[in-house]
Amino acid sequence: MARARIALTGLLVLLFGMGGLLTYGVQQGQAQWAPLLALDLEGGTQMVLSPQLDEGEGEVDDEQLEQAVEIIRQRVDGTGVSEAEITTQGAQNIVVGMPGTPDEETRELIQASADMEFRPVLQISQDEDYMEELAAQDEELEGTADQDEQAAPEGEDAAAQDGEDAEQQEAAQEEGDSAQPEDFPEPEGEPQDNSDPNWVTQELAADFENHTCSREVSMEERAAADPAEPLIACDPDSGMKYLLGPVDVPGTHIDDADFGMEQTGQGISTGGWAVNLSFDAEGREEFADSSTRLNALEGERNQFAIMLDGQVISAPSMNAPITDGNAQITGNFTEEEARNLSEQLRYGSLPISFEIESEEQISATLGEDQLRMGLLAGVIGLVLTAAYALFQYRALGLVTITSLVVAGLLTWWAIALLGWSEGYRLSLAGIAGLIVSIGLTADSFIVYFERVKDELREGRSLAGAVESGWARARRTILASKAVNIIAAVVLYLVAVGNVRGFAFTLGLTAIIDVILVFLFTHPLMQVLARRKFFAAGKRFSGLSEKELGVDVLYRGRGRFARRDVVYSDPSAVGAATSEEAGEEESSAEDDVTDRATAEERSAERAQERRRRGEHAAADRLEAVPDISEEEWAKMTIAERRRAREQAARKQAEAGPGALEADEEEEAR
Amino acid sequence: MAAGFAKAGNQLYTGERAYPFIQKSKLWFALAGLIVLISVAIPFFRGGFNLGIEFTGGSEFTVSQTEDTDIAIGEDVVSEVTGQEATVTNVAPGTVRVQTEELSDTETLDVAEGLTEGYGVTAEQVSSTFIGPVWGEHVSDQMMLGLVIFIVLVALYMAFYFRTWKMSLAAIAGLGFVVVTTVGVYAATDFEVTPSAIIGFLTILSYALYDTMVVFDKIRENLDPLERQQDQTFTERTNLAVNQTLVRSVNTSVVGILPVGSILFIGSWLLGAGTLRDIALSLFVGIIVGTVATIFVQAPLYALIRRRDFAEHTEEVLALREERFELAGITPVITASGTPLQDGRPVPFPPLPEPEPEEDELEEEDQWQLVIQSSDPAAVPVEAPDADDSGDDSGIGSSRESS
Repeated sequence: MARARIALTGLLVLLFGMGGLLTYGVQQGQAQWAPLLALDLEGGTQMVLSPQLDEGEGEVDDEQLEQAVEIIRQRVDGTGVSEAEITTQGAQNIVVGMPGTPDEETRELIQASADMEFRPVLQISQDEDYMEELAAQDEELEGTADQDEQAAPEGEDAAAQDGEDAEQQEAAQEEGDSAQPEDFPEPEGEPQDNSDPNWVTQELAADFENHTCSREVSMEERAAADPAEPLIACDPDSGMKYLLGPVDVPGTHIDDADFGMEQTGQGISTGGWAVNLSFDAEGREEFADSSTRLNALEGERNQFAIMLDGQVISAPSMNAPITDGNAQITGNFTEEEARNLSEQLRYGSLPISFEIESEEQISATLGEDQLRMGLLAGVIGLVLTAAYALFQYRALGLVTITSLVVAGLLTWWAIALLGWSEGYRLSLAGIAGLIVSIGLTADSFIVYFERVKDELREGRSLAGAVESGWARARRTILASKAVNIIAAVVLYLVAVGNVRGFAFTLGLTAIIDVILVFLFTHPLMQVLARRKFFAAGKRFSGLSEKELGVDVLYRGRGRFARRDVVYSDPSAVGAATSEEAGEEESSAEDDVTDRATAEERSAERAQERRRRGEHAAADRLEAVPDISEEEWAKMTIAERRRAREQAARKQAEAGPGALEADEEEEAR
Repeated sequence: MAAGFAKAGNQLYTGERAYPFIQKSKLWFALAGLIVLISVAIPFFRGGFNLGIEFTGGSEFTVSQTEDTDIAIGEDVVSEVTGQEATVTNVAPGTVRVQTEELSDTETLDVAEGLTEGYGVTAEQVSSTFIGPVWGEHVSDQMMLGLVIFIVLVALYMAFYFRTWKMSLAAIAGLGFVVVTTVGVYAATDFEVTPSAIIGFLTILSYALYDTMVVFDKIRENLDPLERQQDQTFTERTNLAVNQTLVRSVNTSVVGILPVGSILFIGSWLLGAGTLRDIALSLFVGIIVGTVATIFVQAPLYALIRRRDFAEHTEEVLALREERFELAGITPVITASGTPLQDGRPVPFPPLPEPEPEEDELEEEDQWQLVIQSSDPAAVPVEAPDADDSGDDSGIGSSRESS
């Protein structure tokens, strides 16, 4: 009983904990009560992309796929689409989900490969406006979520302006502070090498002066970028803008990159982080030329810029000519920064473009339709299951129904909480998983109830049957749920597309089911077993003689048969036979010892109980009178059998008139 | 009816009523073999499966909540824009589905626009899907991978849980039957095979094994004391386990089918083709096949694999049985679950032959037990011959040890 209370309290704590956490989240404006909905229920577009590689370029590894996701995310964010979700799925796929229908350009942006280039730096300056904006955004980021959302449209505006160059220049001219080509000196001649300042024409210099940075690089800008021409680019994290010479080394010539602790020539660690970079044969020569040239130059032109996807990710300066193709980039890197840069470099060695494997555009109307139908199917399924449970198990069916309600509550909150913490969205397949799991959850109760019934049929009291039935059912439930969970996990890990939502809810509900059976259903049964309505096997309790189907067997020889025929353990066989004999012997009262009086009393008690209809308990009392009911409830099945055996033996020793008594009883 | 069901449940539990699931295994295997053969043959005769657009590649448009469901409108729109012939179906009330070959982006937009105008709906009500030709293959590849991983994991898990690889083997072999039969049903009925249906297949495996776990767990429980008793044979006790869990099996499949059936109903009649219907359909078929397979294939298969291990015990039991009934002077009918019925009522097995006076036996047992408990090894050979006198003594002894 105490344990039942502890378990129920545990469940309450869990419920209040989850509910409270969710309430807190809702009040903070970070969570919502309803689960987040996936695109197929909310409307939107989902694309599954697979990487395109040329023959012999090898496989895309997880890190590179992650980088690709990162790049696609930046591009999509840059177009002002909010709430786009970009994730990897399986080993080879990227899934892009976004509300609405993406336009042509967004689709191209998503599919295009991201090139990496090494270009020499010609000029550097700061974009003051952009830096201010960046600082302002940082402040806002520290603020609440509401403000964060307001920040998004601002960025969008900036992006839109930037996309339309002409308009922007006009606007700038009106303000009168834009630079004109005439303000800059003409180049002195044709450029001799990639670092030659003669690349900077008057127009280019003016453009550079007027250039404003943004996180977005439009499709046109990307198309306009010619590896043999100079280029203006930004580092969106720092707000520096760069005027760069033509490409010295393309990223495809990178062989590998990693990061580690910086080491001096003597092999002593300096405590800083460094990124190590190695080139392939062609890259080695190109980088040797480039580094020799840059090393001889001073100031800004000593630097080279590493560009990924049209943006500068790093602009280190050259300390020495590097001719062996192994470069080390140092700076005040944190471990995180070093890892990030090395991953970007590795990605750059294998630029991946993507093909759309499948694309689904769900209109908001269809999404709504599907959600409504899904919920309707769930309600119908639940009602049918509940009705069947009541039909089969009568009042016990109410236990199933309450358990299902609690399970539903736990699942709902778990999904809402996961939506808050992990951004989990419920899809149509997920709803299907939830509905299917109604049956699987209800089955745990079926396994348990059938076991309890079996134990009752063996002649145990309800309290005893609940305990011993539980001991067996628990094993079975855990073992079979494990199969479900294995399936869900495997399905989740290998699946692509909308399968994942299904596997996820299937696994989630299997776990909740196990928690529930332990913390709710079993303790509830323990409590109910004390109620007279159930313990006495009243009508409609689901445990009455009729409902157990044992009515015939309670009478006459039938009872005899019932005990004898159930062979869960053979030792019970012998016991039951002699037990029956002993029982009758005790009522024959031809013994005058104290024990006999005690037995008599217990027999009376048993008779009394029998009158009240508590057959199982009555039989037990007659068979094993020395043991109190409380002790009995705590005993294991094996212990009880042994006790019955012993009691039977004692009684058999005491009286040889058992057979006659048996016949007497039959006559009655 | 529930009461009748419950009564049957009780009789199944006691073994009074018994269906010969294990005894008739040859018949079941023959039937199962036939079903497998048919399932394999059907795709050849019918020319394969009705593969969904996910496998063939192409574009699909769904117009929802339209009043006009004339399929000619859709056909016209597609032929105007692309010159292709489109497959237009009215999949559910108010829902029209248009399937075409792969379209370019602009064509997709044009067709969507045309459909919007043609059916007089808003752009919100037209959904489009484009599927590359490798998508379905990709999904099936992943699923095959998942299938292999799942089967290996579960086989290991079951072998570990039941402490015998034979149960694991029987369960997995039975799975083969479930998969082949379900696939056969798909081929025979021309249901569309989509990635969602394939997800369904994997879920079925989990469901079928889940069901098998419960039945096998009961078999394990019933076989645990098998060699400590001389009343029932291996086959009878296994059959008893299947019969004892029969009510549960029926209840479980009903409870499993009800929600799946409601998804199936909603999915196919109200929503038209899609994720819901495809998953529900394969589950619906699979749950039925899975439950049947557990009872008629997996459990008998296990009995077949293990029977030889207990041949000696079976012989002994059967020989003893004759002797016992003769001594007791009764001629009961033994049910398939090993319960003797005399005049339609269950009766206990008569005592074992060469019965010792009960007191003696008890004393002996006690002595024997004492010997086991004492740490003096010299005591054993002295007492052992005595204990060997009665045939069932060692049985009782070991039962004591284990309890």
